[in-house]
Amino acid sequence: MGQITLQGVQKSFGPVHIIKGADLEIADGSFVVFVGPSGCGKTTLLRLIAGLEDVSGGKILIDGKNVVDTPPAKRGLSMVFQSYALYPHMSVRGNIGFGLKMAGLSKDETNRKVEAAAATLNLTPYLDRKPRELSGGQRQRVAIGRAIVREPKAFLFDEPLSNLDAALRVQMRIEVTRLQKQLGTTAIYVTHDQVEAMTMADKIVVLNGGKIEQYGSPLDLYEKPANLFVAGFIGSPKMNFVTGENALQRGAATIGVRPEHLKIERDGAGGWQGTIAVAEHLGSDTFLYVDAGPVGMLTARYIGELSLHAGDHVSLLPDPARIHRFDQSGNALRH
Amino acid sequence: MARKSTTQQVLVSTIGAWFFGFLIFFPILWMVLASFKTELEAFAIPPSFLFFHWTTENYATVQERSDYFHHALNSVIIAGGSTLIALLIAIPAAWSMAFSPTKRTKDILLWMLSTKMMPPVGVLVPIYLIFKNFGLLDSRIGLVFILCLGNLPIVIWMLFTYFKEIPRDILEAARMDGATIGRELVYVLTPMAIPGLASTMLLNLILAWNEAFWTLNLSTSEAAPLTTFIASYSSPEGLFWAKLSAASTLAIAPILVLGWFSQKQLVRGLTFGAVK
Repeated sequence: MGQITLQGVQKSFGPVHIIKGADLEIADGSFVVFVGPSGCGKTTLLRLIAGLEDVSGGKILIDGKNVVDTPPAKRGLSMVFQSYALYPHMSVRGNIGFGLKMAGLSKDETNRKVEAAAATLNLTPYLDRKPRELSGGQRQRVAIGRAIVREPKAFLFDEPLSNLDAALRVQMRIEVTRLQKQLGTTAIYVTHDQVEAMTMADKIVVLNGGKIEQYGSPLDLYEKPANLFVAGFIGSPKMNFVTGENALQRGAATIGVRPEHLKIERDGAGGWQGTIAVAEHLGSDTFLYVDAGPVGMLTARYIGELSLHAGDHVSLLPDPARIHRFDQSGNALRH
Repeated sequence: MARKSTTQQVLVSTIGAWFFGFLIFFPILWMVLASFKTELEAFAIPPSFLFFHWTTENYATVQERSDYFHHALNSVIIAGGSTLIALLIAIPAAWSMAFSPTKRTKDILLWMLSTKMMPPVGVLVPIYLIFKNFGLLDSRIGLVFILCLGNLPIVIWMLFTYFKEIPRDILEAARMDGATIGRELVYVLTPMAIPGLASTMLLNLILAWNEAFWTLNLSTSEAAPLTTFIASYSSPEGLFWAKLSAASTLAIAPILVLGWFSQKQLVRGLTFGAVK
């Protein structure tokens, strides 16, 4: 079991409030991603759950038991660090088995479990090597091995893939997701990369300025963002925001339209008129950055190749069913 | 693009390095050579480099006149004792400053270092009086005490910088793995800090071994270490170059050998590959 509940969790360092009261319910076996810009408090929140920082207020319940006064090791969680944090003087075997050794398991038992974990992660040939003799991806796997071998209630990942190159990151992303599904262990994963969040998560927590902006499934966040921040943060390229007359007509202070929900018409008459400033041709997609005069800069996405170029005149028609409306304070208006 | 060096460049820099190495080593070599000369040859101008009458009589005289082993033992006790006590105090101090710093940590470190900025002679009279009143003059305990205090700031600074290098994440990983503070110390921190601890210890041993100001002023015979032993050969009786050289050679030999054998361990870093 690994059900984690946060009730009004707060954290301040001196006069600075890092976490301003977080309430969250993480179901057993789910993969939850904390995402947000740097400095939003996502790593701090993870460290509070881990017990590496003490809360300034509120409760953290693991399987119904308040653990705010429980030391990290007793919480039954394991953590994978951004820097891997392997013990440099120990072999891979020693690294993976360290937690078991601390727990007082017998040598045979430890070896059996370490070898099983190593086999899961394709690390068997490297068991007797030191971390410095491994590549970045292998080190990351050792760090994951160290986490799974203890059979924790939940895994905590602190931006574990950010030191890897792009290709390896995608591969490890898939491996981590598959491993989590296979083990069925609750996972909390911190990242600033919204693509990682969208692809890996069962549920996403969007954090900003120490506050939870929204908690929901990836598609929930994409389709029904709770406010301007979430609308702008989730989705790539970013959602277009339009204020003024166009928004007021629809009874909102700001309206938002995703680039993929703008219909592009060459020399059309309706919608928002503009001139293409930059056109990006990716083959699979075409991104147009359009200067739409009083409406502002708009980004439009076309699936496939569209032979339009900088300087061309276009009109952009928003899909009426896909227009997001926000009030004066940035909260979403529902119909 | 990697820079390629030609054979010529390698040759020139090798010769240069050997030249400067020899230049730095020369005074020690000259001292060792002088210790095997007769007093007359040691003074001769022009000096003879290798072709002189080699003799070991200086060593015999030195041992006969003043008991080398008595002073050497004092040096070992004073340097070793002061190093040991300094480490016992410095490890926890550096540890806490490196791993749970406060906003005053920097000030404390600078304040400690500032004590080394004053010339020791400035406090000679008060220290001498304190030693006299407590009956510490010419005692090993007194010298251990003063050398320990004298080197403590440097020891703490060195250890602090070494501990600072140990990534925090690794300590936190150990904590997540269920290590108590004690086990974290034994299984994770100490093995990682060994190169730092060893080089700090060696440096402090060398500093304490060669320290001459306090040892000369606060000891005469009973507790006198090798520095006092050397100094007794530049005496009112006149200068005895050859005997002075023999005494100096004997005095630096143990620490030289220690340094020679430990240099490899000291340079090797352990933390490489731990993070990133």
